[in-house]
Amino acid sequence: MLIAAICNLKLDKTICCRYIILNRDRQLLITMTTINQETKSDQVADIPTPEIHVASSPHLSNPNTSTRRIMADVLIALVPVIGMAVYVFHLAAVKQMAICLVSCIIAEAGFMKIRNKPVPLGDFSAAITGLILGLSLPAIAPWYVGVIGSVVAIGIGKVIFGGLGMNIFNPAMVGRAFVMISFAGAMAASGYVDSQNTIDAITMATPLNAFKQSGTNTSILDLFIGLTNGSPGEVSAFTCLLGGIYLCIRKTASWEIPAGIIGTVVILGGILNALNFQAEWTVLHHLFGGALLFGAFFIATDPVTSPLTSKGKFIFGIGIGILVMLLRIFSGYPEGVMFAILLMNAVTPLINKWTPHKTLGEQ
Amino acid sequence: MGLKLKEFKGNGTFPKGIHPAGHKNLSAGKAVEVVPAPGKVVLPLLQNIGLQCKSIVKSGQKVGYGEKVAAANAMISASIHTPISGKVLKPVVTTLPTSNHVPALPIKAEGKQLEGQELWDDIFGGNWPIDVKGKYASDEITAIISESGIVGLGGAAFPSHVKIASNGKPVDTLLINGCECEPYLTCDYRLMIEAPEPIITGSLLAALAIGVKQIVICIENNKPEAVETMKKAAIGTTIKVVSLKTKYPQGSERHLIMALLKKIMPLGGLPADVGVAVSNVATMASVARAVIKGKPLTHRIVCVTGKGISNPKNLLIPLGISYGELIKYCGGLTKDAARVISGGPMMGFTLADFDMPVVKGTSGITVLTHKDICHGKETACIRCGRCVDVCPMNLVPTKIAHAARFQNLEMAKKYNIMGCIESGCCTYICPANIPLVQLIRVGKAMVAAEKRK
Repeated sequence: MLIAAICNLKLDKTICCRYIILNRDRQLLITMTTINQETKSDQVADIPTPEIHVASSPHLSNPNTSTRRIMADVLIALVPVIGMAVYVFHLAAVKQMAICLVSCIIAEAGFMKIRNKPVPLGDFSAAITGLILGLSLPAIAPWYVGVIGSVVAIGIGKVIFGGLGMNIFNPAMVGRAFVMISFAGAMAASGYVDSQNTIDAITMATPLNAFKQSGTNTSILDLFIGLTNGSPGEVSAFTCLLGGIYLCIRKTASWEIPAGIIGTVVILGGILNALNFQAEWTVLHHLFGGALLFGAFFIATDPVTSPLTSKGKFIFGIGIGILVMLLRIFSGYPEGVMFAILLMNAVTPLINKWTPHKTLGEQ
Repeated sequence: MGLKLKEFKGNGTFPKGIHPAGHKNLSAGKAVEVVPAPGKVVLPLLQNIGLQCKSIVKSGQKVGYGEKVAAANAMISASIHTPISGKVLKPVVTTLPTSNHVPALPIKAEGKQLEGQELWDDIFGGNWPIDVKGKYASDEITAIISESGIVGLGGAAFPSHVKIASNGKPVDTLLINGCECEPYLTCDYRLMIEAPEPIITGSLLAALAIGVKQIVICIENNKPEAVETMKKAAIGTTIKVVSLKTKYPQGSERHLIMALLKKIMPLGGLPADVGVAVSNVATMASVARAVIKGKPLTHRIVCVTGKGISNPKNLLIPLGISYGELIKYCGGLTKDAARVISGGPMMGFTLADFDMPVVKGTSGITVLTHKDICHGKETACIRCGRCVDVCPMNLVPTKIAHAARFQNLEMAKKYNIMGCIESGCCTYICPANIPLVQLIRVGKAMVAAEKRK
């Protein structure tokens, strides 16, 4: 329903014509156009006309926050990670990221077209999903793995739930889990290794797998800097920390989630060390090896799929930490970050329910 | 991070809240000007929280300056007095910025009016004693306040005699609210700078009426001059002046009490529940005027500010003058003016009609430009939780707003929708430009309507 009315107000030497418009959501919007008295009404178009709105308070908004800005922050934080990935894996990493990035953007545009919705590429969210997926696949995985992973990530991971903000699971992890199960050969620990490759890192086994299979240890310094094999995004603990801390300072990522994950892994790893269980693989190996830091800072902190309250975020982080340790030690897979995050994503609505906020002054 | 307050438990701040840009410099340096007496004032019969009062004059009757024209005949109501001498015209119905339609008494100016310095002296001039103890009885002060139609001048306009009346609950502290946490507004700041003495006297009188020992004047730390001036004026009294952290909504009773005393008001309760009374500085000045000079509340200081007004000013105005007249007095609107707001930009109401009269609770007129206001398109909620991080009531705004949007009142009530104080912090911070507090407001109205059924 649209009601429009027009009336005149006199203010000093100006006459104001006012249009009152009520929209269907019962929001009142009034636009007022002032016209100088000396000019005739048919000359309205020539005068710069101030518009006076009527709206409900507050009338100010923070100029420094927008969804676009949040997503741009993630891209900025990914810069050192991408830099290290390219340094270690050269063109292989660039190729994998480019495939996923382009596939995700095309998939988003395509699926939104099917749904007859505007294509929201301006918010960078598809680009981030693509980059994170590209950074978490083996650099030498065939091109179709990246493409299928991207289409599943956007289609089944996000659009099917209603688009940005509605998905339950982290889209990039949905895509990765799908290709991991579908292309077991390309995605298993052996998929990371190609002894004929010209890139040094790819000729080695991934640190977690090397330890799980043959007990071969990797130096902590190599894990920290990132001179090992693995998914391009996860190899360097240092760059993940750098980008992650930036995200936490910008409040784009909630510090509670990485704190919960890292804290839990440190405590559980410490207990294992104290019990002398797999003693060569120390707490620091658990922390810097595998996708733990990449997952803790860049994947688990996805606001859409993590709890709302700070208590909930801690619980979420602790849950991921416990699951990562369980999967690393007891499962057939060397690494468990992806499944840990997906499992905790599923529990997020429950955590939100468990951690209601107590209103200030509530008894 | 808080401040260290020597004598109080609180740390000068409260959890959460926001830090909007102040923009106080637009009008902070402008001394209060006395607006020339208008040709006509319109006095709405409802200018306070509570019940409407009843007209006691006939149309055509002559009234003198300060004469009572409408009497309160309920406990939570406040009488109305004319700020000009003149003739009562036929009653009209006027619309307030809150879009309430209320009957009003127009009064046409006739004869000589108090103007300029004379009016200033009548309101703020003269001697303001600080040795009021023993000179007035508690009931006497409350009766004078009630008779003078004084309401909270901070914006809520709650009748002051109700706040001050001892209603059985022991109250030990009187907080005088000089925070003025709304961006842009400077009327309380100018009052503290230019007329600190009546604030002090009024505070002592109010304390006497309530029977409290401790009086604390609370000012945000972005107004150091006001803190200094009030400290100087308070010499020789037991009044303490405290500077608190600049943060929105520091001026909310609940958050002020928390910042200073670390006491938490129960939900739906009153400051008296934690042994505190809170009142605004301008209210205290009018209490002093009523008790010492026997004059009712007829004028107030209003701040006309914002980038959309040609000459931002602080004005001493007669109640009932129209908004249009004040805007005209300040040079009119600029070309890019976008919203004319009664009050501050965080909680004020936009005006649709400049003929509306200024009432007791009007603390300012803020005119924002197109650049100042939000233009962003609403996008999907990404559950970033920023609204949760800033909600001063510790609510989950996004959930409540979502429930309100789909009229799911059960869900809204589960998330405690009625605990919302409509500070607007959530809408201010939302990166997706979702009108959270606006949706919650609609939800609150629906819940209230359901209760009435």
